Amino acid sequence: MPHSSSAIMMPPSDMTFKGGSAPLRAGIIVFPGSNCDRDAGNAWEALGEGEAVYLWHQENDLRGVDVVILPGGFSYGDALRAGAIARFAPIMKEVTRFAEAGGPTLAICNGFQIACEASLLPGALVRNERMRFVCRHVGLRVETEASMFTNGYQKGEVLSIPVAHGEGRYVCDDATYAELVAEDRIAFRYAPQTGNFVLGADSGEDYNPNGSRDHIAGILGGPQRNILGMMPHPERAMHTELGSANGRPLFEALCAVMNVRH
Amino acid sequence: MPRVIVYVTLKPTLLDAQGRTVQTALHSLGFGEAGDVRLGKIIEMNVPEGDEAGIRARVVAMCDELLANPVTESYRIEVEA
Repeated sequence: MPHSSSAIMMPPSDMTFKGGSAPLRAGIIVFPGSNCDRDAGNAWEALGEGEAVYLWHQENDLRGVDVVILPGGFSYGDALRAGAIARFAPIMKEVTRFAEAGGPTLAICNGFQIACEASLLPGALVRNERMRFVCRHVGLRVETEASMFTNGYQKGEVLSIPVAHGEGRYVCDDATYAELVAEDRIAFRYAPQTGNFVLGADSGEDYNPNGSRDHIAGILGGPQRNILGMMPHPERAMHTELGSANGRPLFEALCAVMNVRH
Repeated sequence: MPRVIVYVTLKPTLLDAQGRTVQTALHSLGFGEAGDVRLGKIIEMNVPEGDEAGIRARVVAMCDELLANPVTESYRIEVEA
């Protein structure tokens, strides 16, 4: 087992469970080459309401988790295309079933690439326009509050969240783009810290790190807007001491909605 | 045994960031005539003997299911006897 060390890790005191009758369980899908699985699990547990369950890609059972997280990394070494092989992992059949039945599914970075390859979300992510791997905090404008992931933010608010990717340029055809806009499914756009920009008025060169269509950084899908795919890493923005805690409201919102369901 | 060659490239409507970088390098080396440079992948494989239409139909299925992403890529198939 690649992650058996979790049993002997001592959690920091602020990570002890203090929720209701049962902890909320997030299933973190671990592929060969995943490298943000621990960050995602730690973020979930940092809220004090949840427990992270690491699910190896060869498993066939989600073990009844409440939330699924497809974490960042380089699954299968990005062979062929980022996310192309992970889509066929045994666990993905269950993830697809879960997501299509309305289960909350958070797909971050490589997870977003996998979700697009698996057709859980429309479009695709290709090589950054300027070819460089970009690893820094970016401005992220909240485009909708209408989802279980974003209802803890205010529309128009600009967050500071890190990105770390070489293939994050979101592309889709015109029909898909029109649908995303009409259905209010664009969750986040890259933005200057002021939040003030007009679509199409400039190239976004200063704030769009990868050349994504109309600065798209995250989109929603699924029957209940229950799938969020995003290139930036909210799980790396949980503590002000580490640069930003702007990712925290996303996980808190998810916890709140799951507590209601319980 | 027939050899199949599949060429996968980004759709012409998409900016090919790698191709643009290579083109810039060619120009700086003095090969200014190189225009619209695009990069892609070549996937080669052996397949069992059979009629070409049948072989092609199988390889088209491989491309649609795995070898190419229909959102961003197009492909071309060659079958060598």
